[in-house]
Amino acid sequence: MNMIYMLIGFSILLALIFLLAFLWASKSGQNDDLYTPGVRMLFDDQPEELKEIKSDEDH
Amino acid sequence: MKQNISLSVDTLCYHCGDSLPASPYLLEDKQFCCLGCQGVYQILSSNNLSSYYAFNNVPGASQKKAAQHFDYLDEQDIAAKLVDYTDDTNTVITLFIPAIHCSSCIYLLEHLHKINNNISQSRIDFLKKQVSITFKNQVISLRKVVELLAAVGYEPLISLQDVVKKQQSDHSERNLVAKIAVAGFCFGNVMLLSFPDYFGFSSFEQNFKDFFGWANLAFSIPVLLYSGRDYFISAWTNLKNGVLNLDFPLALGIAVMFIRSLAEIVTHTGAGFIDTLCSLVFFLLIGKWMQQRTYHYLSFERDYRSYFPVAVTRIVDNKEQAVPLNELKTGNRILIRSNEIIPADAILLKGEAKVDFSFVTGEALPVNKILGEIIYAGGRQLGGAIELEVVKPVSQSYLTKLWNNETFVQQKDPIKTFSDTASKYFSMVLLAIALAAGLFWINTDLNKAVASFTAVLIIACPCALALSSPFTLTAVLSIFDKNKFYLKNTAVIEELARMDTIVFDKTGTITNPQSKGFQFVGELGNSERQLISDLARNSGHPLSRELVKWLDLTSCFPVNKYREMVGRGISGEVNGHQLKMGSAAFLGLTEKDKGSVVHILVDNRYCGHFKSEQRWRTGFRQVALKLGQHQDLHLLSGDQDHDRDLLVPFFPRNQQLHFKQSPQDKLDYIMKLQQGGSKVMMFGDGLNDAGALKQSNLGIAVTDDINNFSPGCDAILDGEAFDKIPLFIKQARSAVRVIHMSFVISLTYNAVGLFFAVQGLLSPLMAAILMPLSTLTIILFTSLAARFYARKNQLL
Repeated sequence: MNMIYMLIGFSILLALIFLLAFLWASKSGQNDDLYTPGVRMLFDDQPEELKEIKSDEDH
Repeated sequence: MKQNISLSVDTLCYHCGDSLPASPYLLEDKQFCCLGCQGVYQILSSNNLSSYYAFNNVPGASQKKAAQHFDYLDEQDIAAKLVDYTDDTNTVITLFIPAIHCSSCIYLLEHLHKINNNISQSRIDFLKKQVSITFKNQVISLRKVVELLAAVGYEPLISLQDVVKKQQSDHSERNLVAKIAVAGFCFGNVMLLSFPDYFGFSSFEQNFKDFFGWANLAFSIPVLLYSGRDYFISAWTNLKNGVLNLDFPLALGIAVMFIRSLAEIVTHTGAGFIDTLCSLVFFLLIGKWMQQRTYHYLSFERDYRSYFPVAVTRIVDNKEQAVPLNELKTGNRILIRSNEIIPADAILLKGEAKVDFSFVTGEALPVNKILGEIIYAGGRQLGGAIELEVVKPVSQSYLTKLWNNETFVQQKDPIKTFSDTASKYFSMVLLAIALAAGLFWINTDLNKAVASFTAVLIIACPCALALSSPFTLTAVLSIFDKNKFYLKNTAVIEELARMDTIVFDKTGTITNPQSKGFQFVGELGNSERQLISDLARNSGHPLSRELVKWLDLTSCFPVNKYREMVGRGISGEVNGHQLKMGSAAFLGLTEKDKGSVVHILVDNRYCGHFKSEQRWRTGFRQVALKLGQHQDLHLLSGDQDHDRDLLVPFFPRNQQLHFKQSPQDKLDYIMKLQQGGSKVMMFGDGLNDAGALKQSNLGIAVTDDINNFSPGCDAILDGEAFDKIPLFIKQARSAVRVIHMSFVISLTYNAVGLFFAVQGLLSPLMAAILMPLSTLTIILFTSLAARFYARKNQLL
């Protein structure tokens, strides 16, 4: 049954890593703007010649 | 969808969606309403950024407004104040751009490097409407960057009172989120470790019990010292000031829980209340976060500095030079161009001054000033460029003096909320019960005395009580938000429910600055109306556009020999008739114009004139009549009293209508009402209302574009939602009722817990169930009840 101590220790360590990851993300400002990144990733950089066709499709 | 687009392309400007003039600008078979819009399109299409028009239909903003001058950005001192970071090669600046509104805006502003490759990066924060730009300062100047933004239709708003900086340095929300994360982490682990104890340990598992107890204790320390720290600080500072608020029983409950748990775990007498402690702090912090959450990044603390320009053009030895406003001295000669704001009281030296004071005095009509006259600060020059001599420094002018008034120096008393009042009595009753329970047992059983004393403090810890206000009020806040009524904080809702006196400003508040009506004095046939409409369609002047809208005729004839004299009038040949329309001076008439008047001359025959009239905001009649039933209505206008007769029916007594009020008069009037014991709510819009808004118990700024300047206030109301004011007040009253009901519910839970606690029978399991259960009930009840009332009040 002493295995339980180790298991609890590992599970807490794992949770702690996630907590620290979240705190780091929050501190570096990643949660400040939750809207724009979601829109930003939808824009494609278009090659020059495909420009016209592409913009028609987007309608 | 497809049809929609082709339709809008036919009749509307491809860039901004405004209706097209009779002869639209054409480029690559796209139609534009003005050169500005066409210019933006040209820049974008030549830089391979046409997708801008693909993501949204007519994404652009109208470019009809004259562009500002940004030469002041070349001044090193001014630029240094604005940038975030600069080194030898790169500069970073964050700018506020009101025009940001859709995904096309994000696309364009984040691809600025395609237009000019000296801009290395641009990042948008959409909700805050800010863009952060990194550029190579050796190759491109700040002024060039800003001018580029203006050229593509995204002119940044740069003001002295910089809102951007303040937001950047404020990390309180991040800190709160970190505290919630830590509390949540500990709460989860503690629940896991406490679970075995709820079912009881068999004898051979006793060593686990110790281990779990110590582990729990270890988890509670960060919750106590980090997450819950603010409650102790707040309780202590309040106690020192002799105030008993809800933080006191909360801090006491948390402290007692920890001490008792520590004692039980160390002495092996029980499992303690660590699980309850962690859940309590976690839920409390979530309530706090809900309350602080911002839905819109609006500034409620603006003063004249954010309305005035950053710099002004000074003339020294016939040379123009941009200087920051605070360096402007008495005797300086300044140049004000068309559409610029006059920043200090000054004497007119050169040029024709036609100044719009509507924002400063409430006077709706532009004023003509002659040479040598003093022009007060805050007016906007509508005519051509003028030269002035400053007679008073910016901070001492007629308008800005208002901010030296003591009303602006003192802090407004914080709004007294129901939970503040209730918690005072709650804390006292709670302490009394705890002491009584302790004293009752002290002679028979000392252990039981301590147990019951601490149990009362633990079980009655007002978690649910502390959450009922924030959850109700945030629910209402978001409902108001959807209806375009934006509040500074949640306490404003409770204050709104209490108001018994309502004061309105006139110009811009109860009148709609955008929609004007016309009255024609003289005689006019239908065919002549058609001619006038066709001619006026060619002009970009606001009055012509209003007239076209009001006449509501489709374009019929082309116009030949069209001529426009800026600010004076237009002429042309329509269907064989010579038409001339505009001011009296333009038509060569001798009479003087009173207000906004358009005279009409057809084939050299004088027909009469159109007189522009102000219109009430939609629903003003109903609003005034409804509010008048329960509240006292007053009107304070800076304008002349030519509308008095129209307004009399809405206001109960003639004495409550006041005209020609200076900003100071307005402030004094509110103060007088308050001294009479009234709770005053003020609706205003301009700088001249700033003092009154600040002085009143609840100042609400009415605006048609929430991104435009609005004076310091407690709430901002979008002009569109003006007719909903009675509903908002009703909803605020319902919210207070919901808070009362949820207080009763949480007190019932407390009473049940207390019944066991005073007998010394409270088990940790009971506490661990009761606390989250009551919290959950309150959260569900308040959010559902708030929505229920909102539906009943037609706000959802």
